[in-house]
Amino acid sequence: MDMQTLYLIVPLAPLFGAIVAGLFGKAIGRSGAHWVTILGVAVSFAASYLIFQDVQAGHIYNGTVYTWMESGGLKLEVGFLIDPLTVMMMLVVTFVSLMVHIYTVGYMADDPGYQRFFSYISLFTFSMLMLVMANNFVQLFFGWEAVGLVSYLLIGFWYTRPTAIHANLKAFLVNRVGDFGFLLGIGLIAANCGTLDYAQVFAQGPQLAAQSIELFAGSPWLLISVVCICLFIGAMGKSAQFPLHVWLPDSMEGPTPISALIHAATMVTAGIFMVTRMSPLFELSEAALSFVLVIGAITALFMGFLGVVQNDIKRVVAYSTLSQLGYMTVALGASAYSVAVFHLMTHAFFKALLFLGAGSVIIGCHHNQDIRYMGGIRKYMPITWITSLLGSLALIGFPFFSGFYSKDSIIEAVQLSTIPGSGFAYFSVIAGVFVTAFYSFRMYFLVFHGKERYDQVPNAHGHHDDHHHTGKPHESPWVVWLPLVLLAIPSVVIGYLTIQPMLFGEFFGSSIVISHEHHALAEMKEEFHSALAMAMHGFTALPFILALAGVALSWLFYMKRPDLPAAIMKVFKPIHTLLDNKYYLDKVNEWFFAGGARLIGRGLWRGGDQMLIDGLMVNGSAKLVGWIASVTRLLQSGHIYQYAFSMIFGVFVLLTLWFNRA
Amino acid sequence: MIASHLLSLSIWLPIAGAVIVLASASESSAGMTRVLSLIVALCGFLITVPLYTGFDASQSAMQFVEMAPWIPQYNINYFLGVDGISVLFILLNSFITVLVVLAGWKVIKQKVAQYMAAFLVMSGLMNGIFCALDAALFYVFFEASLIPMYIIIGVWGGPNRVYAAFKFFLYTLAGSLLMLIALMYLFLQSGGSFNILEWHTLPLPMSAQTLLFLAFLAAFAVKVPMWPVHTWLPDAHVEAPTGGSAVLAAIMLKLGAYGFLRFSLPIAPDASHALSGFMITLSLIAVIYIGFVALVQTDMKKLIAYSSISHMGFVILGFFIFNQIGYEGALVQMISHGFVSAAMFLCVGVMYDRMHSREIAAYGGVVNTMPKFASFFLLFAMANCGLPATSGFVGEFMVVLGAIKYNFWVGFAAATTLILGAAYTLWMYKRVAFGAVANKHVAELTDIDNREFLVLGLLALCVLGMGLYPFPFTDVMHASVDHLLKHVAISKL
Repeated sequence: MDMQTLYLIVPLAPLFGAIVAGLFGKAIGRSGAHWVTILGVAVSFAASYLIFQDVQAGHIYNGTVYTWMESGGLKLEVGFLIDPLTVMMMLVVTFVSLMVHIYTVGYMADDPGYQRFFSYISLFTFSMLMLVMANNFVQLFFGWEAVGLVSYLLIGFWYTRPTAIHANLKAFLVNRVGDFGFLLGIGLIAANCGTLDYAQVFAQGPQLAAQSIELFAGSPWLLISVVCICLFIGAMGKSAQFPLHVWLPDSMEGPTPISALIHAATMVTAGIFMVTRMSPLFELSEAALSFVLVIGAITALFMGFLGVVQNDIKRVVAYSTLSQLGYMTVALGASAYSVAVFHLMTHAFFKALLFLGAGSVIIGCHHNQDIRYMGGIRKYMPITWITSLLGSLALIGFPFFSGFYSKDSIIEAVQLSTIPGSGFAYFSVIAGVFVTAFYSFRMYFLVFHGKERYDQVPNAHGHHDDHHHTGKPHESPWVVWLPLVLLAIPSVVIGYLTIQPMLFGEFFGSSIVISHEHHALAEMKEEFHSALAMAMHGFTALPFILALAGVALSWLFYMKRPDLPAAIMKVFKPIHTLLDNKYYLDKVNEWFFAGGARLIGRGLWRGGDQMLIDGLMVNGSAKLVGWIASVTRLLQSGHIYQYAFSMIFGVFVLLTLWFNRA
Repeated sequence: MIASHLLSLSIWLPIAGAVIVLASASESSAGMTRVLSLIVALCGFLITVPLYTGFDASQSAMQFVEMAPWIPQYNINYFLGVDGISVLFILLNSFITVLVVLAGWKVIKQKVAQYMAAFLVMSGLMNGIFCALDAALFYVFFEASLIPMYIIIGVWGGPNRVYAAFKFFLYTLAGSLLMLIALMYLFLQSGGSFNILEWHTLPLPMSAQTLLFLAFLAAFAVKVPMWPVHTWLPDAHVEAPTGGSAVLAAIMLKLGAYGFLRFSLPIAPDASHALSGFMITLSLIAVIYIGFVALVQTDMKKLIAYSSISHMGFVILGFFIFNQIGYEGALVQMISHGFVSAAMFLCVGVMYDRMHSREIAAYGGVVNTMPKFASFFLLFAMANCGLPATSGFVGEFMVVLGAIKYNFWVGFAAATTLILGAAYTLWMYKRVAFGAVANKHVAELTDIDNREFLVLGLLALCVLGMGLYPFPFTDVMHASVDHLLKHVAISKL
């Protein structure tokens, strides 16, 4: 089989599974649906692995599948770019997707929408693969919107719940705001380069950097900066960067497997991937990089704070995802693209693990999601407990764990960066370490240790009215814990194994471009000796001390002195209220943007369409005709004496005029 | 014989079929009437297929030309022909007619023959509009097509149908009277010719061009419809039966846009350039203003009607940015809107047939009882908000690219549809389809039957096919659009 066929198999196998499970779900039954989709994704993973080996051997592919459309000299194609960056993403996506498919067999076992769910997650895998394998902007945008569509479908999977269908609409619309910027960026590229093919656009990057565009009269901007910022606005939507992050916490309304797959491991990292892919363009614009850095830093720190006050197990993990996405964005801003992608990969494993672990806890606790009513679960769910602990350690950056290598590299890269805003970013990421450790272990202690509180769930709980929350927790079936174990392995070791080739070796080759002025990564390379030495050094470095302090504080608060948090909350009431309301951003959006749009719409409709156009102009002119007619009608009364009188009067007037004409 | 009269057949076959349908109808044989109408519509569609397969995309000249004297005293000819701009609309029109006949299968129980005949006649007349190359012939078809639509709304429409039918008729008639004057003027100026192609090369001073442009604008802007002469459309749609709405949105609105390409732009290119800023402004108002208005509609048909106006704004925008991707994008948008708006109205029709309400508030949780229908509805809703891989994306994407090329801020304003379109479409979808079953009427709904599945399925194939592979559509247009653009770029002063 030649490689081109293999490239096609990678996205088409999951698509085939999705179509079969979606259209013929009833005919093939529940087991048919999970077999066909799992098989599809497994084939896709195996093919990705073969391609990975081929790319390792130095074979990079950039070719067209078919011409989508041609107009005005602009040729738009569907095609693949297979290079180390792509193939790494393909492996991550298909592996995590495979794990989630297997996990779903157990997690959704009782759900009436079983086949539909498998169809959706396979469709998602197809879309995500089209996104990462694209060799041009149109296909990128196709994948970009397609993953958004599937995300919409999956957040609203339980479509009878008002919260779920509110959340999916919100997610789609907020993403559309980002896509709006993204489309403008693509449009500017098409208008100025005459092509949307990556390679051709990147070749013209220097020309873009030499041009300026006057968006406002009298203040010229570098064209490349405008392009990159527009593209990044797209990334802000998809990768949930402040202030377009508001949809991600609400997306937890979807079933947990997709929170792991879409809203943690893969789709939300599409923005990070995209900026990395565009490194030849972003490298040319200091302004754009600085913008990226600051947005990332705000997200990394301030979203972490919100994780501290959440009580829903999934929402804690969701805010942690936001914060980690901020870390990746910061790395992009510091021109350390490979570090961002490295963190993307390690995060995909340990965050998928944490989410699936959370899901396992949720089933174990009979669909209770509130961590205040858990506690001591380690006894009942040992596998979930150990794997979640490993995931948490990876998340807080404990030396030797995968998260340590990626997060420490980000911190180091920011420290060495000289781009405007890097000082603030450094503060954010270093303070973020403490916050991350605190909320991660707050959750860990509340769930797995301490007093057993699973029997205290209030009856008036909002979610899952059809389930009983009481009863002893129990370990999940093997289809659920097997993926946890399989994800725990890379969460622990992948960083140690791959940091050298990915960050300091030749793994990415020419797929990432870094300008000579941005030398953070080059300096790190000089200091790096081995993964072992880095971890040993990590034990004495500031991030580790901060992480330990965070863990210790959460132990004090939630294990040793459980009365303390309430007391502290009382003292810092305003801050707690601010965090509890998520900085009031949701309220502002609801009131100002959603409400404002409806107000404008109503004003234009009633005032413009109904009053001015229809009332005054259309019906008004009709009424005018009617009025004139009604006046003239008075003259035609049909009474002979009126006509006679008018005639006599007329004759009289005419005669008078005639006699007086001289 | 047939090959050289394909265009005539595409016009007269449905009309002749309509006469047979009417003649053979009796109250007791409604079933036969339906079958007969479907056969006529299918034949009408099949006869147009060779127009595409036999079309030579490499040349911009008129093809399948037919020419015969009609009223020799005034040099009026029966002159037909199609180029890359018009050929697709004849196929679209004939295709939609088949679907509309199918869609009215069960719902229309009274005056079945008259209903079917009205649609068949309208289909033939609108084909005539798209291929008439003699202005007098064009005008006859253009005006005549109003009559069947007027009857469809007035007879099979909703409770307020008389107001809507009048508004529709008077609005459009008022516009076209000015066009008639323009046609007279051109007839005199050209030394007694109604040949549209000759008019294209007629030199005209700026003042004359401006007046001509405005006269044509009056006719075509109402048809499109452009802001602020759009208010007849929501009323007409609300009162029209489902099939009427589908044809109105899918085909009739395109007549106005087509008029710009056949008359305004090539006959008055200098005025078109001079007034392009004005036209772009109007079309952007249509996109944004109407987008907001659509957001707050409580009636589904009104919402889709407003959404149509907003989408047609893209078409006019594409015409007045004078670049190829803009023109082709506008044409693609017209075809795509033909599929998507027809599909949206047919979807509302499916629900209306069961619930007899168009109010969004009367629904909720339709997906629980009609899952198959809800899937189709979601696909078309997504196409309506321009999701890639649906036809709705292609045209919008191309026009936005063209607009950014023209001016960044024009592109910026146009791209807001990405947000607004998604907001009004999906908010409606959420309230109608998602949620728990809202009331006992929704609980009693039955999912679509095979006939409805066929109609929506065919449209779904079109929407997806065009989204995944728009190449065949744009490929036909290149030569003609290129020719038009070059022509418009040359001053006629």
